[in-house]
Amino acid sequence: MDEIKTKIVDILKDVTGLDDAGQNADQDLFKDGVLDSMATVEVLVNLQDEFDITVPVSEFDRSQWSTVNKIAQQVQELE
Amino acid sequence: MANITPYSSPHYFIYLLLLLLPIIIGLWFGKRFRAYDFFATVVILITAFFGGNMTQGISLLCYVLYEMLLVFIFLSYRKKHNNFWVFTMFVLLAIVPLVFVKLDPLLKNQTISLFGFMGISYLTFKSVEIIMEIRDGVIKKITPYEFGRFLLFFPTITSGPIDRFKRFQKDVDKVPSRDEYVELLHSGVNKLMKGLLYKFIIGYFFGTLLLPKVQILAMSYRYQAPLGLSWWVLAYMYVYSMYLFFDFAGYSLFAVAISNFMGIKTPMNFDAPFKAKNIKDFWNRWHKTLSFWFRDFIYMRLMFTIIKHKWIKNRVTIANVGYVALFLIMGFWHGETWYYIVYGIFHAIAMITNDAWLRYKKKHRESIPSNKFTHAFAVFLTFNIVCFSFLIFSGFLNTLWFS
Repeated sequence: MDEIKTKIVDILKDVTGLDDAGQNADQDLFKDGVLDSMATVEVLVNLQDEFDITVPVSEFDRSQWSTVNKIAQQVQELE
Repeated sequence: MANITPYSSPHYFIYLLLLLLPIIIGLWFGKRFRAYDFFATVVILITAFFGGNMTQGISLLCYVLYEMLLVFIFLSYRKKHNNFWVFTMFVLLAIVPLVFVKLDPLLKNQTISLFGFMGISYLTFKSVEIIMEIRDGVIKKITPYEFGRFLLFFPTITSGPIDRFKRFQKDVDKVPSRDEYVELLHSGVNKLMKGLLYKFIIGYFFGTLLLPKVQILAMSYRYQAPLGLSWWVLAYMYVYSMYLFFDFAGYSLFAVAISNFMGIKTPMNFDAPFKAKNIKDFWNRWHKTLSFWFRDFIYMRLMFTIIKHKWIKNRVTIANVGYVALFLIMGFWHGETWYYIVYGIFHAIAMITNDAWLRYKKKHRESIPSNKFTHAFAVFLTFNIVCFSFLIFSGFLNTLWFS
């Protein structure tokens, strides 16, 4: 799980260009403006490549993907 | 007997609340009467679509059966295969009836829109959502009954808000606890009152009392001003914008209120849109269920495809291509007239400009002031840009210039 989270944080930093992105694993990435639609898509594409999963692009319930912890949870379920 | 447009007059509510009474009593005692829900749906559908020569009603039935057929063929296909082109074909087939209806005025041929009925757009959004989610594997099973119940949920049938299948399913499959239901009734009554104020008082004032007068004045000054753009056109712009908001927000409040009485938390459509601080913020507040539908099912998917296949490298270009595609489609969806298309292009340009400004601001954060005056200016500017776009949308420029 920790390995997944580290990878997710790396992706977030990469996409947003922010060094502190995802520092707090419970930070709401949408509310705090870390991710807009475009960045979200980039994260999803990266997750798909990194973990070899198929992510739902549209009905991707934002409340289920809003923090690093939640993303890790989703990735684990999809793997 | 003519068709009765839902929520179009204050008396409609008296009959509607009578019809809802058994549902409300049932929910109060923790029961959903499926058979009665079905009966109430039939009553509303008959009054809304089967008045006069019944053409709308027949179209509605054919349409629902057609979409149902598509969804279930695709569902059984998707269990074994997952081809992009097959998926695309099903999406196209699902929007064919809507395309015909939208093309009809252009061709001036009333016969081709076999599927024409009030609210076809909203049912199409729901059907396409289901097909896309079956493709994504988010919807794995759905019964014809569930599909019909979702599509024909009567409080939102003619003009939204556009709910999502899984969210709707979560509410309709359970009965709210007494406390939750009291809360829902409370919020429903509030929304109903606010809706009556918005639609039948403020909306009526702007739309029925003021708008025709301003229109006559603007038309009478059309030869005295360059391009006919007298000050009355400006007045028309603001009056129309107010009318559009209060009428539609009022309608949407009714739809959400009636859903609440039925124990369904239909999402809200408007969130103080004229307080938006930029155009992106505006689209997160205006006709939200539509803009989120376009965001999730067009913009996000297009972005995803472009990035995955690396068709375009530059991030900014990708986002801009997405905006143009989204708003052009939205323009065409509104109708095949020059002003709807221009309205779409105008918003795409506004979004692109806004993004560029935000990037610039990010880089020069220290040198750009940010305080309550700049905020007030941002809100003022956004409001005026939006009102101008509504002037385009209203089609009044078409009347002014070409009639």
